[in-house]
Amino acid sequence: MNDTDDSDRELRVSKIRNGTVIDHLAAGQALNVLALLGIDGSGGESVSVGMNVPSDKLAKKDIVKVEDRELSQSEVDVLSVISPEATINIIREYDVIEKKRIERPEAVTGVLSCPNRNCITNADEPVETRFVVLSDGLRCDYCGEIVREDEIATHLDVS
Amino acid sequence: MRQDHLISATQLSRADIEAVLDRAAEIDADVGAWQGRRDGTVLGLCFFEPSTRTRMSFDTAMKRLGGRTIDMGSVESSSVKKGETLADTVRVIEGYADALVLRHPSEGAAKMATEFVDVPLVNAGDGAGQHPTQTLLDLYTMRENAGLDDVTVGIMGDLKYGRTVHSLAAALTNFDVRQHFVSPESLQLPRSVRYDLHESGAQVREHTDLDEVLSDLDVLYVTRIQRERFPDENEYRKVAGEYQIDTDDLDAAKDSLTVMHPLPRVDEIAPEVDETDHAKYFEQAHNGVPVRMALLDMLLENAEGGSQ
Ligand SMILES: [Zn+2]
Repeated sequence: MNDTDDSDRELRVSKIRNGTVIDHLAAGQALNVLALLGIDGSGGESVSVGMNVPSDKLAKKDIVKVEDRELSQSEVDVLSVISPEATINIIREYDVIEKKRIERPEAVTGVLSCPNRNCITNADEPVETRFVVLSDGLRCDYCGEIVREDEIATHLDVS
Repeated sequence: MRQDHLISATQLSRADIEAVLDRAAEIDADVGAWQGRRDGTVLGLCFFEPSTRTRMSFDTAMKRLGGRTIDMGSVESSSVKKGETLADTVRVIEGYADALVLRHPSEGAAKMATEFVDVPLVNAGDGAGQHPTQTLLDLYTMRENAGLDDVTVGIMGDLKYGRTVHSLAAALTNFDVRQHFVSPESLQLPRSVRYDLHESGAQVREHTDLDEVLSDLDVLYVTRIQRERFPDENEYRKVAGEYQIDTDDLDAAKDSLTVMHPLPRVDEIAPEVDETDHAKYFEQAHNGVPVRMALLDMLLENAEGGSQ
């Protein structure tokens, strides 16, 4: 389980006191993760991003560190679809106090909007979106529309 | 048939389909015997999109079972016009009815509606999504004329937006059917339908030219190419013309070819074809009533916990 070694150097560069380190993201996903978390800097959070960082495990990876922020379960769920190899480290007082390997869920609820504009979830109805997780993407549980893995970031329902 | 609702043909197993078709055949043999079977039952017709025929077909089916129907009327004259949600509308009408039929312009509408009601709900068409009762009557017609196993079926026209096509393609994966899809490039099957066909291991091929497969077909299912799908009238004319059939075209077909169409047609099947033994589309439309009688009867039976 000692798979933090390759990121230790990075962590030292910009260690955070309390918050979340999302590590082992597929290269190129860091900005999508920030979009998913609704982080654009306007909230004043301290955020560090590493892109295309050398990694023993993935050759190249992205890493995101967010101060004073823990991920909700639905955020973790979508994260797992964007980047199944990702790990989440919860940091308190500069120490990793919890290390989660995220698991691919059966469905994700309420975090993506359906790309089918004519889907009932895009009408003004009291219903949350729900996507069933397929081997290489997501499927709207209402209209059946399929979103491929590489298109997911485009449909994140974040403000 | 162990379902509470009928939302999509993808939920139907071979056994489900055969149970409905068998009961429809029983009904067809002696419709009078089923009068009174559902005395006092009220069916709520919620049509958010006009469809006189489908509505009349459900209306007739319920009445022939001895029940009655209530109708929310046209969308223009109802509270929907005032901005009421679908979720609210079905909850209100559920209070008056033992089962609901829903036609709606948005994909997934029927699925969502079932989350708000406890009575059986039947999807009578949701946008470009699904139209499973049409599929059941299509299968009934196909079974009567060509059988449902070891047959080659061609489905032609607007495969992208045609909900009857999406439902039919899914249902046919339960049988030993070779499916050929014939359409202009711009109107090929949507990704979600392809995905299901692929997952089911169905034998599927796609074509832009009917001539490539016509002589192999046991069934040719024709659908309408809608003018409004094309930005340009000339573009429409050019495409639509290639997917029309007349008796000359059918010279190349098997004598036993069954030609079907969910109707209404515009000019995709020349009227002269009506006079041939190939034409089964009016028979297909008539089959809607016994098939919907069978389906409603079975869903109501399930709702009662299998008594009757
Ligand atoms: Zn959808």
